[in-house]
Amino acid sequence: MTDPLALDPILAPTDPGARPWNDDLPHDERFELFESHVLAGGKIEPNDWMPDEYRTAVLRFVEMHANSELMGVLPEREWIMRAPTLRRKLALTAKVQDEVGHAQLLYRVAEDLGKPREAMFDDLLAGKTKFHNVFHYPTKTWADIGIIAWLVDAAAIVAQQALRDSSYGPYARTMQKICWEESVHIMHGRDVVVTLMTGTDTQRAMVQEALDRWWGPLMQMHGPRSDRTKDRDLHWRIKAKTSEELRQEFLTIYVPRILELGLVIPDRELAFDEATGEWRYADPDWAELRTVVTNHGPMSEERLEFRRLNRAATAWVRDAILSEPRSAA
Amino acid sequence: MTENGDRMIDEGDPNVGAPEPEGGSSGDAPGAARSGTLEAWEVFRQEKDGDPMRHGGNVMAPDRELALHYAREMFSRRGESVRLWVVRRADIGVLDDLDLLQPPLDRSFKKPGGYVMRDKLAAARDRAGTSKPRARE
Repeated sequence: MTDPLALDPILAPTDPGARPWNDDLPHDERFELFESHVLAGGKIEPNDWMPDEYRTAVLRFVEMHANSELMGVLPEREWIMRAPTLRRKLALTAKVQDEVGHAQLLYRVAEDLGKPREAMFDDLLAGKTKFHNVFHYPTKTWADIGIIAWLVDAAAIVAQQALRDSSYGPYARTMQKICWEESVHIMHGRDVVVTLMTGTDTQRAMVQEALDRWWGPLMQMHGPRSDRTKDRDLHWRIKAKTSEELRQEFLTIYVPRILELGLVIPDRELAFDEATGEWRYADPDWAELRTVVTNHGPMSEERLEFRRLNRAATAWVRDAILSEPRSAA
Repeated sequence: MTENGDRMIDEGDPNVGAPEPEGGSSGDAPGAARSGTLEAWEVFRQEKDGDPMRHGGNVMAPDRELALHYAREMFSRRGESVRLWVVRRADIGVLDDLDLLQPPLDRSFKKPGGYVMRDKLAAARDRAGTSKPRARE
């Protein structure tokens, strides 16, 4: 029985929403409170106090993601006018618009962490910040568009789904929206590939040739194996899975779906090891990954130059938005 | 522009909010000089008629009109909203002090579950002689 007149604090102080590190405390004390909140699965919001290390780590992660969304539309954009039917043109246009939209959402998250958008564009175009390896390669045939939308997006979504639980609240919420939209892209890409695989021998060979070229970059995409205990982003729960966990997950879901179409995966060592419960595969070319992401890939410079020209050509729009409206008289 | 489009900048609409008083710094009344700086606008969206407005994200815009255009592009591109609100972030008041919101006092008397009367009700029924016959044991 409770006494309705009781005014003493009689309930246990269990308030998961409490944010004691926001109080004015010595740095070490704050840091400790902040960290125990994050390690217990708590979320961080933009107005919270956060250690510089955390802010920088989230910003770096989100900025790289935003850059990749922005640069990632360029290979696909090249095929809008060459898509084989009106419906494919519309779907591809919508996908490109989605990805630019994702870049917008992610740059917003990054901006709120303290780096202005213009500074992020400056750094991207100057080669100071990076974008994902897969967007540094040329698209040679229509089958590339199918492979990118299906498998590149699939590899990305494996990572992105794990980010829906990121400790940084605005990023986690943004990823929920992005994942919802990405699921359509995968269907679009798989439909392009499956359609080609029911076509002529030439069309089937075209898909196989595209897969042969894209498999290496796909296996490199999540990055080399890393030490879980040394990964700051994992420690802060900015991301939830290691690169190897993501790659394994991707292989488990997509290898059967690739093989059932009669495609051959260009890796003779690829096999599921029942003993370890893991996929074995030929060691990806990490030297290629390093070369490519430092903007020495086959299309790096051309795509960055496109962005530079594009930025200059659209400057008048940004100026117009910020200028005084002209008088009607 | 559709009717909705016109409403985007209809400052007289009570749903949109009254114009700032003379000398206010909003700078986005029709015809007024734009402030010339981008600021964050929080976007709320209603998924279907009758649903609550839920926070969707935010956009950068120099004024309310463009904030609504951007919000439409970002949050109803697939037709996933029936209504959008944009609110200048600076205009949002925040209270997140748990000492005020969730004071550690027994507030059970404010909740239905705070009234446990099974035994008392049985006693009252006994006294009134209205107790239901017990199921056979």
